[in-house]
Amino acid sequence: MVDLSVKLGSLELKNPVMTASGTFGYGEEYEDFIDIHSLGGIVVKGTTLHPRQGNDYPRMAETPMGMLNAVGLQNVGVDQFIQSIYPRIKHYKTNILVNVSGSTVEEYVETAEKINELESIPGIELNISCPNVKEGGMAFGTSCPSAIAVTSAVRDVYKKHLMVKLSPNVTSIAEIAKGVEGAGADSVSLINTLLGMAIDAHSRRPVLSTITGGLSGAAVKPIALRMVWQVANAVKIPIVGMGGISSAEDAIEFMLAGATAVEIGTANFIDPRITIQIIDGIRSYLESHQMNSVQNLIGGLITE
Amino acid sequence: MKYIHDFTIVSNERQTTDFVVLTLQAGEAPLPEIHPGQFAEVRIDGAPGVYLRRPLSIHDVDYDKQQIKLLVQEVGKGTKILTQQAVGSMVNMVYPLGKGYDLPDSKRVLLVGGGCGVAPLLFLGRHLKKNGISPRFLIGTRTSANLVRLEAYNELGEVMVTTEDGSAGTKGYVINHPVMRTEEPDFDWIYTCGPEPMMKILAKYADHHDLTCQVSLENHMACGIGACLCCIAPTKDGNKCTCTDGPVFDSKYLQW
Ligand SMILES: Cc1cc2nc3c(=O)[nH]c(=O)nc-3n(C[C@H](O)[C@H](O)[C@H](O)COP(=O)(O)OP(=O)(O)OC[C@H]3O[C@@H](n4cnc5c(N)ncnc54)[C@H](O)[C@@H]3O)c2cc1C
Ligand SMILES: Cc1cc2nc3c(=O)[nH]c(=O)nc-3n(C[C@H](O)[C@H](O)[C@H](O)COP(=O)(O)O)c2cc1C
Ligand code: FES
Repeated sequence: MVDLSVKLGSLELKNPVMTASGTFGYGEEYEDFIDIHSLGGIVVKGTTLHPRQGNDYPRMAETPMGMLNAVGLQNVGVDQFIQSIYPRIKHYKTNILVNVSGSTVEEYVETAEKINELESIPGIELNISCPNVKEGGMAFGTSCPSAIAVTSAVRDVYKKHLMVKLSPNVTSIAEIAKGVEGAGADSVSLINTLLGMAIDAHSRRPVLSTITGGLSGAAVKPIALRMVWQVANAVKIPIVGMGGISSAEDAIEFMLAGATAVEIGTANFIDPRITIQIIDGIRSYLESHQMNSVQNLIGGLITE
Repeated sequence: MKYIHDFTIVSNERQTTDFVVLTLQAGEAPLPEIHPGQFAEVRIDGAPGVYLRRPLSIHDVDYDKQQIKLLVQEVGKGTKILTQQAVGSMVNMVYPLGKGYDLPDSKRVLLVGGGCGVAPLLFLGRHLKKNGISPRFLIGTRTSANLVRLEAYNELGEVMVTTEDGSAGTKGYVINHPVMRTEEPDFDWIYTCGPEPMMKILAKYADHHDLTCQVSLENHMACGIGACLCCIAPTKDGNKCTCTDGPVFDSKYLQW
């Protein structure tokens, strides 16, 4: 029997496979296809202090081996989440993390405080990297001082696992990672989507209502992998890697680059069972390489 | 309950230059109950540039033979590859998705389709007929060469046609057909699927005559199961997902 469990600080995951915020709803959407309890964790939809309607349609453009989205954090708001969604999903025997977003430091703090009270939510993923909202969002994650400011403010009120999700739309992701580590983050997750754009040559118009949007899917994997590697060389806290992961091999590559766990995003749209297939694939990999623990993979890249 | 199943293509029949009917045989798992207006997210492998699944309406269901039909219009890179799949090849589908058409509270119904929007209306017509309601179809196309499977619709009820170039039926758009021009319409429910401008005109017509109008939207989708929030349509209650709250909506509920 191989051991698939990993630890993100105080968080114990039965396996390193989690789901990425905004691609997995609240988990319920996938109940017909997989056993949610088998996942290492799920990160639910980006949640803000007040409800948000998000951006106008069209919000999606397919691109070579990927997609652009401009959802703009449509969500019911933290109070409605606590009242109507949390009671429906809290029985999941997996780590449920809430992805927290905001336009001001105060909004992040207030949202995190409310989620701190929820017994079955062992952590939050602080989204300082959403490229799809005009005010705030990515703005916090693209400058070191503001990333530090929002992380420490939330750290003061949030007592459980604080994961900070980093933006790839920066000059040095390692600098920002070090900054949020110093500000009290328990882990970092990366990458959020890359700022991109699609144009319809025939209509000569942008495809997305917001003109630019966030790129995800297989196309971003090499960039994400490089960033995980850079951050792993810069911080001591655990890293959750994501960006285009579509197979067990992809997930293993992220772990070799230094990730302790991974999140699966866009690949869920192509096959709603992909997370379970990746868990099974990691297990077979370990068996065939005669490794008894998935932890042996973390940072195991051979460079000499 | 939604499923992900592999189907085998048992026939691939070209109807016109750009319409194909695929007949898909279910595997070991029996077909679930499918409602007219529901759709499948179809995986198209081996098509360069196609990354996401493609939403396609359930065109027809034969529970005895355990078969589903899709009516596919070739419009781009994915549909062009799908329609070339040989008999015997496999197609993976996530289905049945979305909320379909409701049964009417009147026996006087008109089913209006344009372009590939005719696809869900065949299964809807069959369902209505089973429920003792005679469907009447009004089908609009650009030209007579684009009229597909009229015989199949004819088996279920009266079929009326408009073409923009006048090569068949009434010349013009569906709204120009005599059945839509009477003082008092002889139907109480409109079911429609097709280009948005056509459906908007029908929604206005329904408002004017105080009819019920159920429209089926063809918004672009990524997941098809309510997880990504890419497919939204503005409604009286804010943005709703076309893939789970729709694709069929009451026209009065939409904020068009
Ligand atoms: C609920 C629903 C039911 C549908 N039923 C049918 C049907 O029964 N028969 C049929 O022929 N077509 C149907 N469509 C439309 C069909 O999904 C698109 O024509 C198809 O996705 C185009 O794929 P493509 O790769 O050939 O086109 P592409 O090369 O990707 O693009 C060509 C055009 O197709 C449209 N399109 C592209 N991607 C999507 C997408 N993800 N969703 C919707 N439209 C897209 C765009 O207008 C684009 O300009 C339905 C759409 C929806 C949402
Ligand atoms: C439709 C969509 C919605 C997303 N919404 C969020 C969100 O609300 N919060 C967030 O932190 N990231 C969001 N993301 C980013 C993903 O969580 C993930 O970081 C990114 O997609 C890269 O991983 P992937 O290539 O595996 O999808 C979203 C991505 C997509 C495609
Ligand atoms: S297509 Fe993803 S929510 Fe509708």
